[in-house]
Amino acid sequence: MFIGAIGCEPLQLARVHLENSRSLDVYRKNGGYEAIKKVLDSMSPDDVINELKKSALRGRGGAGFPTGMKWSFVPKDSPKPKYVVCNADESEPGTFKDRYLMERDPHMLIEGILIAAYALGAKTNYIYTRGEYRYLIDIMDVALDEARAAGLLGNKILGTDFGCEIYTHTGAGAYICGEETALLSSLEGMRGHPRMKPPFPAVSGLYACPTVVNNVETLTAVPDIIKMGGEAYQKLGTEKSGGTKVWSVSGHVNRPGVYELPMGYDDMEKFIMEDCGGILGGKQLKAVIPGGSSVYIMCADQIIGKDVRMDYEGIVAAGSSVGSGGFIVMDETVDVFESTKNLTEFYKHESCGWCTPCREGTDWLVKVFKRIAAGNGRPEDAQLMLDLCDNIEGKSFCPLGDAAAWPIQSAIKRFPEDFRRHLVREP
Amino acid sequence: MSTQPIQIQPLSQPVDIGDEVASFSVDVEQEIDSHLAKYPVARSAILPLMFIVQRERGYLDAPGVAYLARRLRLRITDIWEVATFYSMLNTEPVGKYHIQICKTLSCKIMGEPGITDHVCKKLGIKPGETTADGKFTVSLVECLGSCGTAPMFQIGFSYYENLTTAKVDQILDSLT
Ligand SMILES: Cc1cc2nc3c(=O)[nH]c(=O)nc-3n(C[C@H](O)[C@H](O)[C@H](O)COP(=O)(O)O)c2cc1C
Ligand code: SF4
Ligand code: FES
Repeated sequence: MFIGAIGCEPLQLARVHLENSRSLDVYRKNGGYEAIKKVLDSMSPDDVINELKKSALRGRGGAGFPTGMKWSFVPKDSPKPKYVVCNADESEPGTFKDRYLMERDPHMLIEGILIAAYALGAKTNYIYTRGEYRYLIDIMDVALDEARAAGLLGNKILGTDFGCEIYTHTGAGAYICGEETALLSSLEGMRGHPRMKPPFPAVSGLYACPTVVNNVETLTAVPDIIKMGGEAYQKLGTEKSGGTKVWSVSGHVNRPGVYELPMGYDDMEKFIMEDCGGILGGKQLKAVIPGGSSVYIMCADQIIGKDVRMDYEGIVAAGSSVGSGGFIVMDETVDVFESTKNLTEFYKHESCGWCTPCREGTDWLVKVFKRIAAGNGRPEDAQLMLDLCDNIEGKSFCPLGDAAAWPIQSAIKRFPEDFRRHLVREP
Repeated sequence: MSTQPIQIQPLSQPVDIGDEVASFSVDVEQEIDSHLAKYPVARSAILPLMFIVQRERGYLDAPGVAYLARRLRLRITDIWEVATFYSMLNTEPVGKYHIQICKTLSCKIMGEPGITDHVCKKLGIKPGETTADGKFTVSLVECLGSCGTAPMFQIGFSYYENLTTAKVDQILDSLT
């Protein structure tokens, strides 16, 4: 599997190939913990937030919300404790970048959390990691112990008045716990059901205290932003999406992997056909899901010869979204009816059951898919599925419901033949 | 450094939890204490503690659940409620080696069906079943974050990636 940067100097992946890249020593020898030093020496919390705003960093967990703005929503005058929670739940199908960031460079994440904690005045911070990533929790615990021993955690960090702690926390197998309010419910020891927003976590999050939830990749971008300055970071990308982005690539490509690209990289066709080595076995490209499973599926015609720019605006204009940046590439042998059935089963399994449209809707959708797959399709079933999607999308309590509808809506629209084959029995 | 405590009213008083309550060694108790120390509210430690009970007792059995209720000052039903939400928590016994094969899209198109077939034939069981000797359980699970090295499965907490049938043979034969 490939891990590296293309079209830019590696930032997030700068150290991943160094021997012992996990150790404090290697991290420090390669620029590590310089950013937190700079912050503690010469910056106020507001200075940090301003740099983040200038950087045009957008959250890498899926929603793409501007990070500096999110941080500025935390009330400064609240007497309550504040929390930074790192979202390392990474359960979106096709997404595995956070895993390698943590596996290869755990101190980069610790430094990012420290800077966030300083900017927000948080004394206690958690890294919520999906339960299956137990080995990453062990890696993080070792790195945290190293940092603690070196005076980078606890009271008087680097001899200053700033102090905070970071703890690892384990999930236990539930995709919905990646949704930030469900994650907080889970971290409080409850079932992982989402909560009503507003209030947003920045105002009332963990234990009803102001909380910032950020993705691993978002937080690991922070040290470089501080070191090079927000403006310089922004310039690596586009005006609205600063910096670099780490993509996960899987499926039918010759070189799957974790790719760091500048935001606004030109273009998606070149990325798949050249950088990722093209399609396995010289076959034809058929479909791409560019942002983890929860975005619209794209057909080859929307990519080939279309100069799709790889940033938030570019991919939306091309008919999908950045999402979590998990590229799933499918060749001509894939039946999009089957691939959509597979994802619908995923959403049905992962629906938390809290609200009726999503709980019942995903269940019905799977029943319809199964009936069709068993050879009992009817021409009107495509419309039936779209009606079911209509009753889920926009009517569910959290975005998981929408995420279940989008793959089906886009697949029926963009690959009608694959559905027709199952629905209309030839005489 | 210590975390700032917050006053949160307990949901309920601990109730009588019957006579069979699991007990653990001093080392395990210390491990449990170290998790409880991370949080201002004990209930937050429920998942890490459940994994410890599961590791020590094989699964979340009634005495283990009673222990958790007592330790976290919760009701028995609070524990069951959480345990049944998460797919990694077992409320029934599983085999010594729990083989969890990822069946989500990237793995599926990269050869999961062949791997599942091979594993099941070799062990003589279907997904969801445990071998008669209690050694292996096979489950089909959703994306495990190894899509770039598909197909894959996880046994216990270990990842096995870029699987081929030959590799599966080698892995299963090495497990005793
Ligand atoms: C169903 C669902 C699953 C999600 N899963 C994840 C996840 O695994 N990791 C993640 O970072 N964000 C996930 N998110 C997004 C989070 O809710 C939240 O937007 C994110 O953690 C915020 O961090 P960011 O601003 O740094 O992106 C998910 C959202 C939804 C609706
Ligand atoms: S949309 Fe689905 S996952 Fe979200 S709250 Fe409703 S049932 Fe739960
Ligand atoms: S699809 Fe199998 S690990 Fe992601």
